[in-house]
Amino acid sequence: MSTSITGRSVIDELPDPEGRPPLTGDRASTGRWGDRLFGGAATSSGVLVIALVSLVGLFLVIQAVPSLLNNNVNFLTSTEWVPSGAQPRFGIAALLWATVITSVIAMAVAVPLGVAVALFITQYAPPWLSKPAAAIIDLLAAVPSIVYGFWGLNVAGQYFEPVQNFLNTYLGWIPLFKDVGTSAKSTLAFAGLILAIMILPIITAISREVFAQVPTAHKEGALALGATKWEMIRTAVLPFGKPGVISGAMLGLGRALGETLAIMILLSALNPNAAWSWSIFTGGETFASKIALNAGEFDSPQKTGAYIAAGLVLFILTFVVNAIARIVIERRKAFTE
Amino acid sequence: MSTLTQAAVEPSTTPPVHTDLTGMSGRRAFTDRAARVVMWGAFLLACIPLVWILVSTLVKGGHMLLSGSWWSLSQNGITSRVVGGGAAHAIQGTLMQAAVTAIMSVPIGVLTAIYLVEYGRGRLAKVVSFMVDILTGVPSIVAALFIYALWVTTFGFQRVPFAVTLALTLLMIPTIVRSTEEMLKLVPNELREASYALGVPKWRTIVSIVLPTAFSGIVTGVLLGLARVMGETAPLIILGPYTKSMAHDLFNGLMATLPTMINQDRTEALQPALDRVWGAALTLILLVFVLNLLGRFLGRFSKVKN
Repeated sequence: MSTSITGRSVIDELPDPEGRPPLTGDRASTGRWGDRLFGGAATSSGVLVIALVSLVGLFLVIQAVPSLLNNNVNFLTSTEWVPSGAQPRFGIAALLWATVITSVIAMAVAVPLGVAVALFITQYAPPWLSKPAAAIIDLLAAVPSIVYGFWGLNVAGQYFEPVQNFLNTYLGWIPLFKDVGTSAKSTLAFAGLILAIMILPIITAISREVFAQVPTAHKEGALALGATKWEMIRTAVLPFGKPGVISGAMLGLGRALGETLAIMILLSALNPNAAWSWSIFTGGETFASKIALNAGEFDSPQKTGAYIAAGLVLFILTFVVNAIARIVIERRKAFTE
Repeated sequence: MSTLTQAAVEPSTTPPVHTDLTGMSGRRAFTDRAARVVMWGAFLLACIPLVWILVSTLVKGGHMLLSGSWWSLSQNGITSRVVGGGAAHAIQGTLMQAAVTAIMSVPIGVLTAIYLVEYGRGRLAKVVSFMVDILTGVPSIVAALFIYALWVTTFGFQRVPFAVTLALTLLMIPTIVRSTEEMLKLVPNELREASYALGVPKWRTIVSIVLPTAFSGIVTGVLLGLARVMGETAPLIILGPYTKSMAHDLFNGLMATLPTMINQDRTEALQPALDRVWGAALTLILLVFVLNLLGRFLGRFSKVKN
């Protein structure tokens, strides 16, 4: 069964055929010093992982709170960002918008594409191509984020100009597609597109894993009833793989929300006095790119605290998204095993 | 026989009746074929960015890697206008930080996986497993902020390379836990039971039976984890500023790395500097790819198979 994301499997907890509990538990330990030492080391490593995650949350909260108390505007709804001075004013509304909209664009592109590629690898590819195809998509994950950003800005960005012009011209009456005169390679839309390439391998890998586990009986049953290959996929493969696709998409979303360098390089900063625009063809800053861009300015506790507060919101966002992914895949396990 | 066939071929006045036994209507057949085309198209589309990135970095940065000085010199005393120097300082920094990261995260990661597979039962194991998942999803910038809050703000230390490796360790632990866990689960229970039956204590069973069986799989996981953290740039930007010269001290001063070398000159307009950025990008991609492929290759020798 799939274990890479799900961790423990129910099978591990089942008794053996004679009804005895599995031998691999603590009962197999002899209680010798060696056992106690080794078991203790393993357990403390596990506890250390819990401690690390808790510490991350704790430290971010502790250092964000003093700055948040000094803040003169609503942290959640303000679009201002002036974290220093006697009257600091900073809010995350603009950051949240840019973070969410780039991730949504990335998901809109990467989820259908990732599922299609996973279907290709598991159902359509000739046997000799299936493994290399999977490896090629996996290599997309190996290209560093900073290279994606640099490549996007200097090589691929110019080819996005016609797409943007087209949408501006024909759909510009929708606020989302309004032309605000930003260069195509520095817009939220293009950053979202690059994010889509970066999260594609995650979505593909997890979808692939569940699609490969569809019971052959389901597939052959569908085919025996006269279904075409596509109908077999629609009625047998996709319903079975749905929870896997959802959790893969969630993990991809978590990655997209926290992606730093590519976004930081691509997005152009907004003019602080510019009017607010809902257009995806404008620049902006996400949580991660804002923090990274201003890393050199962490000089006073007040200022650092403001950026840490933004980081805390990002941590909470990704925590929630990843927890949902985990819960969805746990459910699937409960049904299929 | 032959007359029958001829009769069947004879053109008839009435239009031929559909005797297709699959009974597939034109629309269904069309949808099926369209789906096939879409899947092939999706795969080819997904290949474009990878090929495109590789080709652009090779074309723009390939010539840099061909000169010997790229691998042996630093950028010490070289300005954006001048051609020359190398990336040895950055390559060395990246490899050194990766090695230290591995030294710190492998024991924790492998022991946690051993806990989850061999010892953990009940609520604590569930919480640990959940936290590993959460740690997997922690964005690199958040990990860097945490280490900054701990190392610089709380302890009052300087930004040094070691702080970077702490942040990278945080990012690498979950990948090692997950891959090791998977490998340990593939080790057949019969091996453990045979060992217990011979009176071998549990810890020695794990150390001398389970771990060696899963060894190459674990190494694969470590290499893939390393490949991931090597390209991480966010912790470097927060905690590890760039320098042009060679550095060996993890606890003092600055240390160059390939990602920060790219970041340093990426906005330059001058050709020599841009060439170096592409060269550094290609070097980084090559390093990561080599680790990746090495990991996959070693995975083939694994004694346990999925």
